[in-house]
Amino acid sequence: MVDTPDIVVIGGGNAALCAAITAAEAGARVLILEAAPKPYRGGNSRHTRNFRCMHRGPLGPLVDSYSEDEYFDDLLKVTAGKTDEHLARLAIRTSEECLPWMEARGVRFQPSLSGTLSLARTNAFFLGGGKGLVNAYYRTAETLGVEVAYEAEVTHLEVEDGAVVWVDYTHGGETMRVTPKSVVVASGGFQADTDWLTRAWGPAARNFLIRGTPYNRGVVLANLLDQQVEQVGDPTQCHAVAIDGRAPKFDGGIVTRLDCVPFSIVVSKDAQRFYDEGEDVWPKRYAIWGRLVAGQPDQVAYAIIDAKSIDLFMPSVFPPERADTIEDLAVIMGLSPDALRQTVDAFNATCGDTSGFKPTELDGVATTGLTPPKTNWARPVIEPPFYGYSLRTGVTFTYLGLKVDENAQCSIGNRPVSNLWAAGETMAGSILGQGYLAGFGMTIGTVFGRIAGQKAAAHAN
Amino acid sequence: MQTDLIAEARRQAEICNACRYCEGYCSVFPALHRERAFSDGDITQLANLCHNCRGCYYACQYTAPHEFYLNLPRALAEVRHDSWKAHAWPGSFAALFDRSGVAIAAGLTLAVAFVFMLAQGLRPADGMEFYAYMSHGLMVAIFAPAFVLPLLALAVSLRSYWRAVGGGGFHLRDLWSAMASAGRMKNLEGGHGDGCNFEDEDRFTHARRHFHQATLYGFLLCFASTSSGTVLHYGFGLEAPYGLFSLPKLLGIPGGVLLCLGTAGLAWLKTKADPNLGAPKVWGGEMAFVLLLFAVSATGLLLYAATGTGAVALLLPLHLGTVLTFFLLTPYSKMAHGFYRLAALTKEASAQR
Ligand SMILES: Cc1cc2nc3c(=O)[nH]c(=O)nc-3n(C[C@H](O)[C@H](O)[C@H](O)COP(=O)(O)OP(=O)(O)OC[C@H]3O[C@@H](n4cnc5c(N)ncnc54)[C@H](O)[C@@H]3O)c2cc1C
Ligand code: HEM
Ligand code: SF4
Ligand code: SF4
Repeated sequence: MVDTPDIVVIGGGNAALCAAITAAEAGARVLILEAAPKPYRGGNSRHTRNFRCMHRGPLGPLVDSYSEDEYFDDLLKVTAGKTDEHLARLAIRTSEECLPWMEARGVRFQPSLSGTLSLARTNAFFLGGGKGLVNAYYRTAETLGVEVAYEAEVTHLEVEDGAVVWVDYTHGGETMRVTPKSVVVASGGFQADTDWLTRAWGPAARNFLIRGTPYNRGVVLANLLDQQVEQVGDPTQCHAVAIDGRAPKFDGGIVTRLDCVPFSIVVSKDAQRFYDEGEDVWPKRYAIWGRLVAGQPDQVAYAIIDAKSIDLFMPSVFPPERADTIEDLAVIMGLSPDALRQTVDAFNATCGDTSGFKPTELDGVATTGLTPPKTNWARPVIEPPFYGYSLRTGVTFTYLGLKVDENAQCSIGNRPVSNLWAAGETMAGSILGQGYLAGFGMTIGTVFGRIAGQKAAAHAN
Repeated sequence: MQTDLIAEARRQAEICNACRYCEGYCSVFPALHRERAFSDGDITQLANLCHNCRGCYYACQYTAPHEFYLNLPRALAEVRHDSWKAHAWPGSFAALFDRSGVAIAAGLTLAVAFVFMLAQGLRPADGMEFYAYMSHGLMVAIFAPAFVLPLLALAVSLRSYWRAVGGGGFHLRDLWSAMASAGRMKNLEGGHGDGCNFEDEDRFTHARRHFHQATLYGFLLCFASTSSGTVLHYGFGLEAPYGLFSLPKLLGIPGGVLLCLGTAGLAWLKTKADPNLGAPKVWGGEMAFVLLLFAVSATGLLLYAATGTGAVALLLPLHLGTVLTFFLLTPYSKMAHGFYRLAALTKEASAQR
């Protein structure tokens, strides 16, 4: 191992690797400290599938064009204006040069995946997904002489007089200390620390599932915030979606996604409906259902579908529960058969003419006189066999983070910390105040990872 | 077929179908994503379509220790191997698939001894070069059936496979497209053209693909060499030995060298790769098969080099014995893979149409 590296990069995901590679290419000796063991390296980045990329004409796998303004408008829509325009435009504008940069460092792209055609113009898909990307970057980093320590969890950064003087981490049961010239933090959010999440969100958070890595526990984030490094983002909020209730507690990833809601009725554990399942096309409603389910007793909900709708959405990772009657399905799912029967009957009775049903667009096939209504795709649930999925809240990331400027540099008060930069999820709150735009997480990590690596190397040299 | 192997492959295929991240690596994923539920035949077809390039293993976020325990290359390799056994004809020979190492060793011993004894016992009164040890007529009497019968057995197997996977009708151009894919080893290119993963974990290289090309084309050249010899013999009355610039030699020498290099390379790579991403139980048998092919080409080249020396007396039985073993075991050893894979690629081409 390098005795005293010029630069320590904390984390082993996309942002960390982009920073490490950039710094090493600038001639710095870099040490990556990754908390996870090698098979789990790469944090949430290993679960990703694409990044959102501006382009003025066809670029790699991307068709047509996607302008800065259109990209920015898309962002404003999902964040309801809670966006730092300066940093957001920087990320958007730089994303275009990222694609060839990534290719030159081993990342390979593929055409938009089947079932995701709507993203073919805006998002470039990684061949093999995020783990393929992470593997390629580790290979590239290795050839540049970057050292990587796995199972190396950073526990403390000593900040004195506006600079980091040393970094403590545990490795192989021992506590180690390094004194690099520059430090890049790229260790994600805190969503895997259930206690912290519970303090922030409330007791319901105990029942949340974490869609990504168990290693993003916010240890470094908490440590820096304790030392008055500037924070950004709502500390109580997280991005959450409704996922298959049978998913593992951590690392269930993309496959636990369920796209059935628009074609179902969704009930709580008391077998009562609680929200308009047909409010909008699913990708747009994906995120609010995480909160809706979180608001139900025991943070669980059940989607009930009949035979005619089961093939209308992407296949799910676990086969649905299945029964020939609503009552039997209720028993299998642990619901009251009578209550579910009543809810289904009440729903069915308010369905009208369904001849205009169109699964891929808002078809206006709605219930009449039902509360809450179902305003699209409302077809009676009558055709056996019946199918059921349980839904739980799956957390993608937390919003609380380190505040950075356009150099990716951290600060205390309004003075920069002279040798501390942050990239990726851990500073994404500097750009995204709420909401999320598919593929923007990897864009932020790539853009600010490269900036952080460049600045950190310039400082060290 | 073994239902537990199919069930495990189906479990994994369903996870992939919800994920789709590996769509661009090979022909397996587009075929997989066309289905929502997988019959036993579907799984068998996917297994024979898989080229074991391992791209989808190293890129998978769900491999062990993750509880989803994904290892698609292995699950498909095990089903593939099992499917060859299930479709072997006659069925009583299917067990040879599980004992390739033993079968090859025993086959070699018997075949070499057999040829040696014939060469000693029925040594012709006249004849040039190796025909001095064994007459052309005798060679044909042994090798013609040893070549044709295994091919007939394979034809029966392939028909049974085709039915099991719901093959249906196909056009000639589907077969053509399958051969084009095999000829390029497209499915070992990795979708991005960087090659496959094998000898060094997640590093993409063309090593395996190129060694396989050498093996495949080397083999085809050797085969063409023998065929051209037969044509010269019967069509033009030209008998061996042939000169250096004759068709049999021009095809046979480069073919033998390619086959030697290719198989040596494949064997070497195999020692470096992780056996757990294939069917580990048949690793030894597969290795024996690669070495058998190596022996076929090496003894052939040695025999040529030894022309005119006394070593021919020993090398001839050795070479003919390895060739005989190779032919006879073709339907019951790894050699069957080329035929099944061609069938699977043809079926996929017709499904895409
Ligand atoms: C299921 C899923 C799918 C997603 N899909 C997409 C997508 O398609 N496109 C997209 O743009 N975004 C996607 N996202 C969001 C995306 O994952 C993140 O925005 C992005 O990966 C953040 O990268 P990062 O490098 O900042 O963090 P991460 O990749 O999470 O890396 C953080 C790293 O820090 C390490 N670490 C944590 N604490 C410590 C410590 N104390 N010491 C040392 N190391 C530590 C972790 O082990 C990890 O390696 C997805 C998220 C999830 C959960
Ligand atoms: C007809 C088309 C063919 C196809 C599509 C094909 C495909 C493949 C593939 C995908 C592999 C690697 C995966 C595996 O080990 O199963 C392989 C291995 C191999 N093939 Fe082929 N092959 C073909 C024909 C041939 C021929 C004609 C030969 C030689 C006679 C041959 C010899 C070998 C050998 C020696 C291996 C190595 C096995 C190992 O590493 O264990 N193949 N083939
Ligand atoms: S092998 Fe893994 S990453 Fe690839 S499609 Fe299957 S589940 Fe997804
Ligand atoms: S091992 Fe290669 S060929 Fe087989 S399924 Fe995976 S990616 Fe496709």
